[in-house]
Amino acid sequence: MSVIDQAAPQQYRHLRLNVLRYDPRHPAAKPHMQEYQIEEADSMTLFIALTEIREHQDSTLQFDFVCRAGICGSCAMMVNGRPRLACRTLTRDLPDEITLAPLPFFELIADLSVRTGKWMRGMSERLQTWLHAQEREVDICRIEERMDPDLAEQIYELDRCIECGCCIAACGTAQMRQDFVGAVGFAKIARFRLDPRDTRTDDDYYELIGDDTGVFGCMSLLACHDVCPKSLPLQTQIAFLRRKMAAQGL
Amino acid sequence: MKTFMTDVLVIGGGLAGLRMAIAARQRGHETVVLSLVPAKRSHSVAAQGGMQASLANVTKGIGDSEDVHFEDTVRGSDWGADQVVARMFVNTAPKAVRELAAWGMPWSRVRGGDHEVVINEQRVTLTERAEAHGLIAQRDFGGTKKWRTCYAADGTGHAMLYTTTNQAIRHGIEVHERAEAVALIHDGERCYGAVVRNLVTGELIAYLAKATAIATGGAGRLYHVTTNAVICDGSGHAIALETGVARLGNMEPVQFHPTGIFPAGILVTEGCRGDGGLLRDVNGDRFMPNYEPEKKELASRDVVSRRMEEHIRSGKGVHSRFGTHLWLDITLLGRRHIEHNLREVKEICQYFLGIDPAEKWIPVRPAQHYTMGGIRTDHTGQSPWLKGLFAAGEAACWDLHGFNRLGGNSVAETVVAGMIVGEFIADFCDKPENDAPFPLTLAREFVQREEAKLAAILDGNGHENPFQLCTEMQHIMTRHVGIFRNGDELLDGIAHLQRLLERSAKIGVSGKSRAANPELVATYRVRRMLKLALIIAQGAYLRTESRGAHFREDYPRRNDREWLKRTLAFWPDEAASMPSFEYEPLDVMKMELPPGWRGYGAKDYIDHPDTPCRQQEVDATRSRMEGQGRFAVQEALMPYTDKLPASLTGRNERLDEPLETSR
Ligand SMILES: Cc1cc2nc3c(=O)[nH]c(=O)nc-3n(C[C@H](O)[C@H](O)[C@H](O)COP(=O)(O)OP(=O)(O)OC[C@H]3O[C@@H](n4cnc5c(N)ncnc54)[C@H](O)[C@@H]3O)c2cc1C
Ligand code: SF4
Ligand code: SF4
Ligand code: FES
Repeated sequence: MSVIDQAAPQQYRHLRLNVLRYDPRHPAAKPHMQEYQIEEADSMTLFIALTEIREHQDSTLQFDFVCRAGICGSCAMMVNGRPRLACRTLTRDLPDEITLAPLPFFELIADLSVRTGKWMRGMSERLQTWLHAQEREVDICRIEERMDPDLAEQIYELDRCIECGCCIAACGTAQMRQDFVGAVGFAKIARFRLDPRDTRTDDDYYELIGDDTGVFGCMSLLACHDVCPKSLPLQTQIAFLRRKMAAQGL
Repeated sequence: MKTFMTDVLVIGGGLAGLRMAIAARQRGHETVVLSLVPAKRSHSVAAQGGMQASLANVTKGIGDSEDVHFEDTVRGSDWGADQVVARMFVNTAPKAVRELAAWGMPWSRVRGGDHEVVINEQRVTLTERAEAHGLIAQRDFGGTKKWRTCYAADGTGHAMLYTTTNQAIRHGIEVHERAEAVALIHDGERCYGAVVRNLVTGELIAYLAKATAIATGGAGRLYHVTTNAVICDGSGHAIALETGVARLGNMEPVQFHPTGIFPAGILVTEGCRGDGGLLRDVNGDRFMPNYEPEKKELASRDVVSRRMEEHIRSGKGVHSRFGTHLWLDITLLGRRHIEHNLREVKEICQYFLGIDPAEKWIPVRPAQHYTMGGIRTDHTGQSPWLKGLFAAGEAACWDLHGFNRLGGNSVAETVVAGMIVGEFIADFCDKPENDAPFPLTLAREFVQREEAKLAAILDGNGHENPFQLCTEMQHIMTRHVGIFRNGDELLDGIAHLQRLLERSAKIGVSGKSRAANPELVATYRVRRMLKLALIIAQGAYLRTESRGAHFREDYPRRNDREWLKRTLAFWPDEAASMPSFEYEPLDVMKMELPPGWRGYGAKDYIDHPDTPCRQQEVDATRSRMEGQGRFAVQEALMPYTDKLPASLTGRNERLDEPLETSR
């Protein structure tokens, strides 16, 4: 019934992992590629492979995994040149030779470990990614305000972002300007804009993203859309926001 | 020595920690949160299925109330819960859901009119009331009489954690991430903060605070197969334990979730069964109705997990290269339902198994899931043994869950406890007598002690490998201290664990860096984990009965006469190779719901001598007060509202239970 017991006994491949290593706190050791060899196993993910390398071959190798289930957004890295969640990347979908590098753009801690969390918090502060509901004291003993079930589902769709940073790593504009809010920022704005509980207007949103660090910096090449591991509808949302903000700027 | 001072130090940036921090901050206290990882990556994010609160909006929830939620919770706990805490909890849970809604949480909503669901293999049409349209929806979960679990599709924890973190950001609460509390600073009576290791630079910093709150989540990594994140190693439990005075409560019951995907242990939500999914065996047969004719797949987790293992033992498991498993079948729910309401499940199946769950069955087997035990506190969240030390969430035992927690009660507990304990922390900080001056000398001693420990690890020239020791521990726990336990196996396991603890003194690390050094971290963590493992194993050995998730094959009956009591473990002598134990009896004569049959699982138990008497009292009160309304009866049986912070005592409105308009 399942892939596991159907799979014929296989020949296990020999994998070569080339990892870009650098620790900025020891600048004497220049950035360099280091090769590790490992035997593949069934349903091996990059999480399993890297953990095995750290436990058996090189205990100094640095990377970040938390949930190992594709839901916390900790483990994004460049896998053969493309940003991906390493924990849910099966080695069987990759060639024998795998090149791993840290996400670009974000502050490097060491090796594959980057500070996505710090950048995301900064973005949240700047775009004020919390519900703004002025003058409204909600009595939490009372029945909640109603919301259309379809609308709730649409908001949830945009809320699924896991702040992994893949969209930023793939984005041409972000590579050129450190202050660009990126697709993740647009997704947040789109989410609160859609939410009738938020009392902000397009004027307010224009203040936040109506310039080159926001929608007008975006070149709409949509690399972000292709790499988002949660398949957020970035393409339609960015196009929509651009139209709205352009109208606002008139 | 680098020091950092604040009013409130919250250790843990998951739901419980953040909600406490918000409460303390709103009351005007400076609050800082520590977390191993960015707050939004805490393991609360992984909760899929939902949060229990008796809103009674959906048709199948009509008639639900705090009373029903209370009874389900106490039965689920196998009478181990503190019933006053359970009452405080059920009254606050609806408020917590509604507060989150007001903060922007995208709860799934009721759609008025007909919809089809799958119940017990049948397609059934349910009609939702027009007046409920747009209110927060509930789904079915194991061990509950009513549909009570509120959800945001199957990303409830994610949506809750993002909503709550965003509020914390709004309030300007700092989260110091990649920071690990490695010891509490205390004088044996009062806690003053923690020694914190910066995980990037390796630096140790003394954080001093009036109140210190631990919300570090579970300890699933003690087991080989777990649904928990790799950071869930119980370090918060351990630093409390290492004070020598604080007690851990009920560590021996450990929850195994019926549906971890096999073999990785990644969870697929209980919502799969709640929405109508079935468990099947090697022949494709549905087997749960034979064991549990009433609740079937939806008995409480401890019961379903045991039945599954029992069925595997009887030879009905599916054999594969990695071992034996069973099937979870959700194909009958239909693709539309799976793609809308169970999307995370679909993704997990696709990325980790390479299957489409709308077409194929999912290989599953029970996996460690939840740590019922925790830092023992009173109903305010404070440790009775160490003033100024608070705890909440999975790391705490104020004792909502007893010996088995119900699905959906845990994320509910995190925010509810956050609201309640946060208020009590603020009260604590408001009192002038708690303004004790920060003891810098003491702090320095603690920092130096931790420095010395780390130096000893780096200078040591032992030959043991910390990763190896950890793996061995995980296997012992799974094999000897798992779903089925017995005296001989436990003794064997304990002897093994003690040997591992000895060996952990002889670890040698190859990398000598003080900064980010995974081997160094693994070394100090495995030592702590071994202590917790010993507490679980020894506690399980001493408890010669079966209750909730703690199941002894050699003592299969629940024994209220001898064991209606809470286990308290502590480690007074750092050099000892064994923890100390004491027991805290539960008072039957004060219970609103005296012990009885849970409504599922074994019917056979040994009564407490007080039970018949208390049952009579309760029955008499109920009949005497007939017609006076449920609130009056409850108040007469077991008053609790005076225990809640005043802001949380109000009644909860429902469609069928309007609040009086004059307030
Ligand atoms: C896969 C999965 C699905 C689940 N689904 C549900 C569900 O549907 N419904 C439900 O009710 N419950 C569910 N649960 C249980 C529930 O999610 C957890 O019990 C709950 O979220 C725990 O929250 P917490 O705030 O106590 O801890 P966590 O969210 O685990 O947070 C712990 C925090 O402590 C920090 N930390 C840990 N140690 C230290 C240290 N030494 N120093 C500093 N910081 C530290 C971590 O960085 C983290 O920020 C699920 C659990 C799992 C594993
Ligand atoms: S939008 Fe997608 S790619 Fe970008 S951070 Fe969110 S989940 Fe990651
Ligand atoms: S479409 Fe805009 S946000 Fe997306 S990658 Fe291109 S420039 Fe970046
Ligand atoms: S470790 Fe959480 S997404 Fe990969």
